[in-house]
Amino acid sequence: MVQALGHITIETMRDLGRAGWFLLYSFYLMLRRPPSLVHILKQLRFIGTKSLFVIVLTAGFTGMVLGLQGYYTLSKFGSEGMLGTAVALSLIRELGPVLAALMVTGRAGSAITAEIGIMRITEQIDALETMALDPFKYLVTPKFIAAMISLPLLCAIFDVIGIYGGWLVGVKLLGVNPGAYFYEMEKSVVWRDVYSGFLKSFSFGVIIAWIGCYKGYYAGHGAEGVSRATTESVVLTSVIILVWDYFLTSVLL
Amino acid sequence: MITVRNLHKSFGAQKVIDGLDLDIPNGSITAIIGPSGEGKSVLLKHLIGLLQPDSGTVEVDGESIVDLRRSELNRIREKFGMLFQNVALFDSMSVFENVAFPLEEKTSLSKEEIRGKVLTALEDVGLKNIENKFPDELSGGMKKRVGLARAVVHSPKIILFDEPTTGLDPIIKRAIHQLIKDTHAKFGFTAVIVSHEIPDIFDVAQNVAMLFRGRILQHGTPDEIRNSTDPAVRQFISGSLDGPIQMA
Repeated sequence: MVQALGHITIETMRDLGRAGWFLLYSFYLMLRRPPSLVHILKQLRFIGTKSLFVIVLTAGFTGMVLGLQGYYTLSKFGSEGMLGTAVALSLIRELGPVLAALMVTGRAGSAITAEIGIMRITEQIDALETMALDPFKYLVTPKFIAAMISLPLLCAIFDVIGIYGGWLVGVKLLGVNPGAYFYEMEKSVVWRDVYSGFLKSFSFGVIIAWIGCYKGYYAGHGAEGVSRATTESVVLTSVIILVWDYFLTSVLL
Repeated sequence: MITVRNLHKSFGAQKVIDGLDLDIPNGSITAIIGPSGEGKSVLLKHLIGLLQPDSGTVEVDGESIVDLRRSELNRIREKFGMLFQNVALFDSMSVFENVAFPLEEKTSLSKEEIRGKVLTALEDVGLKNIENKFPDELSGGMKKRVGLARAVVHSPKIILFDEPTTGLDPIIKRAIHQLIKDTHAKFGFTAVIVSHEIPDIFDVAQNVAMLFRGRILQHGTPDEIRNSTDPAVRQFISGSLDGPIQMA
């Protein structure tokens, strides 16, 4: 029992150390030997552009449901005019960054792990090493940079679409005054709300690339190893995003 | 010259390499033979620093490659090319891009020069008009040949072949062996081939080393190995079920 506990502790500490080293080495390499623009653009297309559809769809319905729920709650106090503020602040400060990050985790984070994991088990990463090339420069750092650029942009798109989703339900379907919807929003949302949302998105981008690449890079053997790594990557990234969001919110508030 | 001295490597409780010594002379073709699961591929990965030993030394042209910094190791790896057992072509790249990759990343050649070198390397291995295909559109034999083209395109001094003919039919097998001999004659590199192809490998290699129980049991010319009196070597060459080599 004690031996098993000790074994688990040592394994966990080793994993944590390796993951920490992975993150530090990725940043070191990004600064020392930045990847080529072609590799970054390729990843921007994969992580950013190809996530647009799912982001727009999720944002639209999130905004609509916020409009619906917000109207229902605010109408109890006769404050329907504050709907725009409620929708915008919920989205910009919290839901936009978190939901966009969770969507990208499901779509791109899992694919990053699967791609690198398959390259690991088919010796393609070893092939890069034998060519005296650093696999991080081709597989890891372009994804970090692309995720750090894409996430804040996707978050901005999420916020705008979500606000219009709330407008559609609140103003067009439930009859809230359109002037009040936008005027109250403009009055209440401050620059600090916007940049705290972007800061969160940026850090979520780092988390998605970090866990996605790390889990793929150290994927176990065979198809089962890659499948396990992909599942672990999505679950772990989602959990870290939510936990990190709490800490960041408590600091930024 | 590659020199391996007193190499030890274990994976968990399993000892794979147990005090192995080996000398691989420059410009020769050395075959490493031995039963499956005896650590031949593990040995090959130590020669290029893909695995680090628990103890012992591996020297390439007098320089140790054990516990080197990545930049130092990469400087020595520039001498190497490697053909993997499963070829390890980059599956998201075309044949042309696969073969061109080491040149694009490691040299300052122009696009035209790279194109010329890639097409020549593909022609040398008997492949024409397939440069736009992707690895999953190729047969096993074609993949091996593309892998060989990628391994030789930057003219390395040393090429490691990990079971280059496994899973191929006898004709393609012979063609790959001939290709290795021809490219070796043309470029004069040092070749290390891990192989199970007995007796075909004796016609390809100039030196043969038999790996058994984590050590080199016998090392010599193909004729010396063929005429060996060691019971394990004799059993392996004859493919007999009776002898010191037992199936796991």
